[in-house]
Amino acid sequence: MKNEIASSQDTIVALATPAGIGAIGVIRLSGNNAITISNEVFKGKDLSKAASHTIHFGTIRDGEKVLDEVLVSVFIAPKSFTKENVVEISCHGSNYIIRQIIQLLVKTGARLAQPGEFTKRAFLHGQFDLPQAEAVADLIAADSEAAHKAALNQMRGGFSQEISALREKLIHFASMIELELDFGEEDVEFASREALHALVNELKAVITSLIASFDLGNVIKNGVPTVIAGKPNAGKSTLLNALLNEEKAIVSDIPGTTRDFIEDEINIEGISFRFIDTAGLRDTTDEIEAIGVERTQEKMKQASLIIYMVDLAAASPVEVGQEINRLENLGIPFIMVGNKVDRVSTDQLEAFNTFDLILLSALDKASLESLRQKILEIVHLDSFKTGNTIVTNLRHYESLLKTKQALDDVIQGINNQVTNDLLALDIRTALHHLGEITGDITTDDLLANIFGKFCIGK
Amino acid sequence: MFIEYDIIVVGAGHAGCEAAYAAAQMGSKVLLATMNMNTIAQMSCNPAMGGVAKGQIVREIDALGGMSGIVSDRSMIQFRMLNKSKGAAMWSPRSQNDRMLFSNEWRMALENTPNVDFWQEMITGIIVEQNRVIGVETSLGLQIKAKSVILTNGTFLNGLIHIGEKQFGGGRTGERAAKGLTEQLVQLGFESGRMKTGTPPRVDGRSLDYTKMEEQAGDLKPGKFSYTNTPRLTKQRSCYITYTNRSVHEILETGFDKSPMFAGRIKGIGPRYCPSIEDKINRFAERERHQIFVEPEGWNTVEIYVNGFSTSLPENIQYEALTRIPGFEQVKMFRPGYAIEYDYFPPTQLKLTLETKVIDHLYFAGQINGTTGYEEAACQGLMAGINAHQKINELEALVLKRSEAYIGVLIDDLINKGTEEPYRMFTSRAEFRILLRQDNADVRLTETGHKIGLASDERLDKVMDKKNETARLLNDLKHKKVTPTQINESLTNLQTATIKEKLAVEKLLKRPEIDIQNLTSIDPSLADYLHGFEEEVLQQAEILIKYDNYIEKEKQLVKKIEGLEDYKIKPGFDYSLLTSLSAEAREKLTRIQPETLGQAARISGVSPADISIILVYLGK
Repeated sequence: MKNEIASSQDTIVALATPAGIGAIGVIRLSGNNAITISNEVFKGKDLSKAASHTIHFGTIRDGEKVLDEVLVSVFIAPKSFTKENVVEISCHGSNYIIRQIIQLLVKTGARLAQPGEFTKRAFLHGQFDLPQAEAVADLIAADSEAAHKAALNQMRGGFSQEISALREKLIHFASMIELELDFGEEDVEFASREALHALVNELKAVITSLIASFDLGNVIKNGVPTVIAGKPNAGKSTLLNALLNEEKAIVSDIPGTTRDFIEDEINIEGISFRFIDTAGLRDTTDEIEAIGVERTQEKMKQASLIIYMVDLAAASPVEVGQEINRLENLGIPFIMVGNKVDRVSTDQLEAFNTFDLILLSALDKASLESLRQKILEIVHLDSFKTGNTIVTNLRHYESLLKTKQALDDVIQGINNQVTNDLLALDIRTALHHLGEITGDITTDDLLANIFGKFCIGK
Repeated sequence: MFIEYDIIVVGAGHAGCEAAYAAAQMGSKVLLATMNMNTIAQMSCNPAMGGVAKGQIVREIDALGGMSGIVSDRSMIQFRMLNKSKGAAMWSPRSQNDRMLFSNEWRMALENTPNVDFWQEMITGIIVEQNRVIGVETSLGLQIKAKSVILTNGTFLNGLIHIGEKQFGGGRTGERAAKGLTEQLVQLGFESGRMKTGTPPRVDGRSLDYTKMEEQAGDLKPGKFSYTNTPRLTKQRSCYITYTNRSVHEILETGFDKSPMFAGRIKGIGPRYCPSIEDKINRFAERERHQIFVEPEGWNTVEIYVNGFSTSLPENIQYEALTRIPGFEQVKMFRPGYAIEYDYFPPTQLKLTLETKVIDHLYFAGQINGTTGYEEAACQGLMAGINAHQKINELEALVLKRSEAYIGVLIDDLINKGTEEPYRMFTSRAEFRILLRQDNADVRLTETGHKIGLASDERLDKVMDKKNETARLLNDLKHKKVTPTQINESLTNLQTATIKEKLAVEKLLKRPEIDIQNLTSIDPSLADYLHGFEEEVLQQAEILIKYDNYIEKEKQLVKKIEGLEDYKIKPGFDYSLLTSLSAEAREKLTRIQPETLGQAARISGVSPADISIILVYLGK
């Protein structure tokens, strides 16, 4: 069932700007429902009432959650690149944000575009003339090659084994159903409904966990968001610089220098961390700084790991105790770092003994190393544990979602006691979507499985 | 001696008979050439028609206006609807038939078709002029001219029969093999291969003890294949079931060293789903027993077909082993089982009309294309007959879609995928089997059959009635409401939930535990209303209501997949120009020359990216 090309009615979505580079990312949708779908996730002007070739400011929201502030351009068919309804969403150029938005649009009803599909639609709607066909065809071939390579890369992990194990089970399940349908007259034993129910539930559980791993996969692919927080002038930017080994943050002795966020990626033993340096947390009357503080607290809530810095020379044990309580209440893994250890006496240090602190002088390499180890320790303790299969490819994610939907239909069918011919329809749909990840599935696989396992035939 | 015919059909088996009948019925002058006029429509294997997926095909042949359904109905000795518990899409009609009556009914049908002439002789070659077939040559050296030739040679082309270590030429036991044709076709550029099939021994029913077996009786209310008013069975003959055992297996094993299969004398590929008994024992050694179906060969004959015991072991081993089967202790054997090897032509050399790509107006149908089964053969014959007639008369070809008929699935599979082993139909080969049911073959196909001049006006009237009545019933059931006081007591009796307010009858019928028969018991006025409809209409409506969601799902799928069918590819399209295609895709597309993009997409090795590339070149 290699049919997806046919579905020109679908609304397709993809990133139109080069991936991974640039301050702004443009996400393009094309198809009948491009405007309706965008409108559902866009807060700002009602896009269904927008004129063609107009630009609108607003936010993209997943329910209540704001994903990004964006500019949306609307092109109404046939006055667009593809001659279909087209919406272009200009968002911030972070991979993470772009993926979140595309994921949301897919959830809302768009489908990921195939390699070269925008160009192809443009061509089919007569935007190009025939001599340009060759170029377009080569483009499709090249893109699909690239996509194939990317998919292969992913396959090298545990993912491919996990998926083929699943496919095996699903084929086995399908075979048991097909066996009953095509060989009901034969002297073979058929699986019980309970066994089938158990098997499909097991499959669903695996698919569900793979789907859940997609968010985690994103975190790993885009870096574990790690917030460095603490009172002003606790040495946060200095720490970031030390970790980065370069002057990126603005460092000064004036408290409150960092008012915006500084992000950078640091790779610690193969795991990528997205470090976010924040404005210092303190009560302030400075309006701009107050906004900064508020944002910092917001960032902390979204982080996967918080490194909280205390200036040992300035803080009291009571304050540190209070901070630890507050962080524990957030429920996000954190590391307390006592900074400027070189500026306090041994006696002073003793007062902090009861706390689990990493003592640090941000300028000292040895103490930095112990922080690195602590970070890794926390990450490994957490659900990031390696060994679990993690889905990072949006296309795979999409197929898994559809597989799960079909399995839900199967379960519903079993509960409603529908006959096997109907169950088989949903099982085949599930197999089809799983096949989109692993390659083709044909009925020949089912028959081969049946002939291999059962003694069939008069 | 001969007129110039429109169509010569070579071979008078299931494929040949349907081809000759259809083409003649549509108006072509047909010559049916067979090596033996006494074995027209011979059931060379078991005396039964239909079964799972195959029964649907017989219904489809009938719906289009073919004869297999009518002949089966007139010669059946038992009828069973298989898979009754598996959902309407799986219901499969199957009959036991009187072998001699079946053959006779076909012969009568053909003799009563004005445009059919007969000739008994071996056809040894075809006459070709400028890549077009213009007639055939016989073993006596006669030349008979025709505009079109359909080859349905079955297992006769260089047929080689094996029993133990003995082997001899033959198309069936006791019948000569056909020589010369394969060699000529290969010379003309066709590729040929070798396949194998087998049959079990036939025994004397008087020597069997049926008290040691389980009886398998026909349905209490026997159905039939044809949508026309063929008679229903009033009495039936039973089949019996018995089993092999360790002792049977041990005896068979003593003959393994003489098995032509295991010794490698048989080169052809046999079907995995129709294994010989020695194959079953060999491959599934852990099984204590295998099922044996004892099938009567007719109303009056004592001959019995031992289904499930297909073998090519030496005849004495066959006999010894049979005597160890419960009920067979005193068995007398009529004919031993045997294996047969024969030539076939990989069907990827055909167009979707079953016309060969190499020679114009030459068609192949049936086992010559690597299929197995009467039904598979018959439907190919029918389609070849129809299309040969259409082409001669410059009329539009009839190609059934995968979503329209099992026949469409079968031919599409053959042409696009070819087959490595004898191809048998299974429901799992069809992706739209919820749509392809035995109950609606007439709704799906009779209008088409009528349009091409094959299905009669009567058939069309009947199906239009069925459609209209079903629509009326569906509409009424949507609007007819039942009240709690009216039906709750009956619902409790049926052990289903009671209702709290008025409910449309349609909604009630959606409950899995309620069928349309229950409805008549629920309320007298409803019963009166429903009795105004024919049973067939009630059944249609019930299925359409109960399967509603799933039918809709499949229709969506059809829409998605068949979008590609609208993109026609010109014959002779040069794929070598499309450098962006993968090498494998280019090679296969060039060889198969798909007629539409949809067909191209079904060829193994052609990726979605390849399809996009062709699409772009086609420029819509």
